[in-house]
Amino acid sequence: MKLIRFITIFFIAQLNISVFSENIKISENQIFKNLRCLVCQGQSISESNSDFANTIKLVVKDKLSEGYNENEIYSFLVSKYGEWIVYKPPFSSSNLLLWTLPYIFLLIGAFFLIKIAINKKKFK
Amino acid sequence: MRMRYVIISAIVIFILIIFAISLNRDSTYSTEKLIGKKIENFNSKDFYTKEIKDSKILKTKDFSLINYWASWCAPCRVEHSELMQLSKKENLNIIGINFKDKKNEAEQFLNELGNPYDHLLIDQDGRFSINLGVYGIPESILINKELKILKKFVGPLDSKRVIEITEVIQ
Repeated sequence: MKLIRFITIFFIAQLNISVFSENIKISENQIFKNLRCLVCQGQSISESNSDFANTIKLVVKDKLSEGYNENEIYSFLVSKYGEWIVYKPPFSSSNLLLWTLPYIFLLIGAFFLIKIAINKKKFK
Repeated sequence: MRMRYVIISAIVIFILIIFAISLNRDSTYSTEKLIGKKIENFNSKDFYTKEIKDSKILKTKDFSLINYWASWCAPCRVEHSELMQLSKKENLNIIGINFKDKKNEAEQFLNELGNPYDHLLIDQDGRFSINLGVYGIPESILINKELKILKKFVGPLDSKRVIEITEVIQ
């Protein structure tokens, strides 16, 4: 009975460890994909095998094991290399237009569509 | 009808302005943003003794020039004479950080061209370079005693850059 209990606990622990390490791997890759390789032509850190990309991968792994979350890692790298290093820059006053313009155009488009629809109804 | 033309023209003009601004903007990457910031968590291994050196070594003179180099880097060879010239400045502390290099080759490089460094450190896996915003070597960072970054040079030092450094430290 004790042996069965021991084996069960052992397997549950193994399962937890593998799920945990899988989670870290997923978030590592997620982070690598959102980081630009500054010395490569149009490649992300995830795709690149350059010296710079490999060093960034090491640092990201270090930061994850130190308990940093994804956004904290981006902020750290942005503070060293500027917003250019992330593909999805954080919202700030300098990129206000970049983030709001699509929504503004969407609203303008919707406004025109509604107006055209109302005009068509009136003519009918 | 007139209103519609005004709105469409305004949108077209707006898009053209955005294009004009974007096309004229310099998209080359620079680490200019680091200027004015303080260097934090400075610790790297000594090249010879492998002892950990912290920011104390950056405070021995009024100014410090942190130079990232490697024996396999051709531009490092080019800038070396400029570093030798700068090593004669009394108030400038030159810190060399040997990057992803082989120790015997680095030593051979210094024996051949001279050693301009007051302190020589090592960054074997490049981890520390990220802390200083380095992305290619050679790179040099001029800081003051308060560890504030005054200038950052990506690429080899040349006579023009040496004049710039001299002007700052005088």
